[in-house]
Amino acid sequence: MWEIGLSHYLTVAAILFALGIFGIFLNRKNVIVILMSIELMLLAVNINLVAFSSALNDLIGQIFTMFVLTVAAAEAAVGLAILVVYFRNRGSIAVEDINVMKG
Amino acid sequence: MSLAQVPNLIPALPELFIVCVAMALLMFGVFQKQDPASEAQTTKLVTYLAATALVLAILWVGMVSEVRAVGFGGLFITDPYGGFFKVLVLMASAVTLYISQDYLKRQGMERFEYPVLFLFAVLGMMMMISANDLLSLYLGLEIQSLSLYVIAAFQRDSLRSNEAGLKYFVLGALASGMLLYGSSLIYGFTGATNFDALAQALGHAEHAPSLGVIFGIVFLMAGLAFKVSAVPFHMWTPDVYEGAPTPVTAFFAVAPKVAAMALFIRVMMGPFGDLIAQWQQVVVVISVLSMALGAFAAIAQTNIKRMMAYSSIGHMGYALIGLASGSEYGVRGVMIYLAIYLFMNVGVFACILAMRRGDRMVTGIGDLAGLAKTHPMMALALSLFMFSMAGVPPLAGFFGKFYVFMAAIQANLYGLAVLGVLSSVVGAFYYLRIVKVMYFDPVDETLDRPLPRELATVIGIAAVFITFFFLYPPIVLTNAAAAAASLVGG
Repeated sequence: MWEIGLSHYLTVAAILFALGIFGIFLNRKNVIVILMSIELMLLAVNINLVAFSSALNDLIGQIFTMFVLTVAAAEAAVGLAILVVYFRNRGSIAVEDINVMKG
Repeated sequence: MSLAQVPNLIPALPELFIVCVAMALLMFGVFQKQDPASEAQTTKLVTYLAATALVLAILWVGMVSEVRAVGFGGLFITDPYGGFFKVLVLMASAVTLYISQDYLKRQGMERFEYPVLFLFAVLGMMMMISANDLLSLYLGLEIQSLSLYVIAAFQRDSLRSNEAGLKYFVLGALASGMLLYGSSLIYGFTGATNFDALAQALGHAEHAPSLGVIFGIVFLMAGLAFKVSAVPFHMWTPDVYEGAPTPVTAFFAVAPKVAAMALFIRVMMGPFGDLIAQWQQVVVVISVLSMALGAFAAIAQTNIKRMMAYSSIGHMGYALIGLASGSEYGVRGVMIYLAIYLFMNVGVFACILAMRRGDRMVTGIGDLAGLAKTHPMMALALSLFMFSMAGVPPLAGFFGKFYVFMAAIQANLYGLAVLGVLSSVVGAFYYLRIVKVMYFDPVDETLDRPLPRELATVIGIAAVFITFFFLYPPIVLTNAAAAAASLVGG
């Protein structure tokens, strides 16, 4: 029957990663969705790392994953904090409203 | 029973020192009284202590980085190459911290977190420069980036500052994600994350590297190009420069750029040095695009901070010429370029910080009109910086460009060198326009005078360095040559 191998994991990770990138660029509604997309990208990388780690019989990939998880948590905290300050000043977190400066 | 092995801490002592100072100052600040008067007092003290720590770390870095040493199981490396860049980063940070004080006081931003965040950002940069593994690369980059996101949004009541922080965060996180995805592919297809092991695994050129490795390198380069704000990934730069508080912009323009460029070169020349045929074209393309965009987009700007953003994109393009040539000369060229870039940019931003009328900071280029009549010395210094950025001999900026163009010619990249010269001619237009505005436009409203003492000092020192660099260039040249040799030749 079906044997799930390295390439399946890599495919899933690639799809998730692409979804994350598209989520950042195509999303026109809400900054929180952007934060979720960033998280999705990092988790895709984690799947990649763990799959490689188990395929190579090598622990470095899993250690890397632990660090990525930690940093992702810190990153989400910083991102949400900036978003809260922004919301206090602007009263909105719609992506279209982030336009005080052009570009 | 044996004791757990103690890692070799000696190479990382300056970093350990910085992190201890940063945490101690954080604790000190938290346990002070919270009323505005004592908070201002605390901030002043913490700022001075942080600046002192940075200066001490410069001396320390000079001592530990004379020879190549690897610590922490191969994750961390100190060598003259890293030492050179660390000294640049520490100098830039100490100076920008020094010139921020007046601004913080006037804008009511005196909070002790500011110098502490500076220290953490500097720690991240030093780790980036010393990274010898994809893991320590990522962690250094994130320590730096997370601190910088917060510093960009530090003026809590200003919508522009918040927006700058938010934009920087979203795009920075995207770049980190790409870099990380690239790292995971490189790890998967070579089985190593250590730079030395990667160099060994990829060094055997009899069979071409697998597609996975190439993809990984491209993703990694995309992430790094974002951090140096090279062209396809530059879109955050103008907004962040314009929105962030001016001393923060001064910091962003120098220290993180220098650190990211150091990392970029170490990654490309170290583990992937044998794959130069694969990445050289990419670096050439982003270098040309950055120079062109920096030259043309800056022309239309009316805000001097925004103009400096495009100028820095252009300067990173010139610096990338040195990397594109992929030789020891190229690396030396980049190092000289960045050292001079540091002095020019610090000087210009000190001038921008001096642009204020009463309580208001002004950042329009038109606000400089007639500066030569009201502030003759500042106008002279700012014109020197502008001439130097345009690359007019005998000012220092000319030498920076000269060495990278020479490296490109030695590597047979004639087209790249010609395009570089052409775009620096176009770039001269907007630099000289500022000189014209200062000297030939009628005075509209005068800026405040006299300048705060620390700004005047920094402007003076930078102007003297830029003007008289040609008398004794070895001050930078010998160190850069030795440092480049330690990366490429060693």
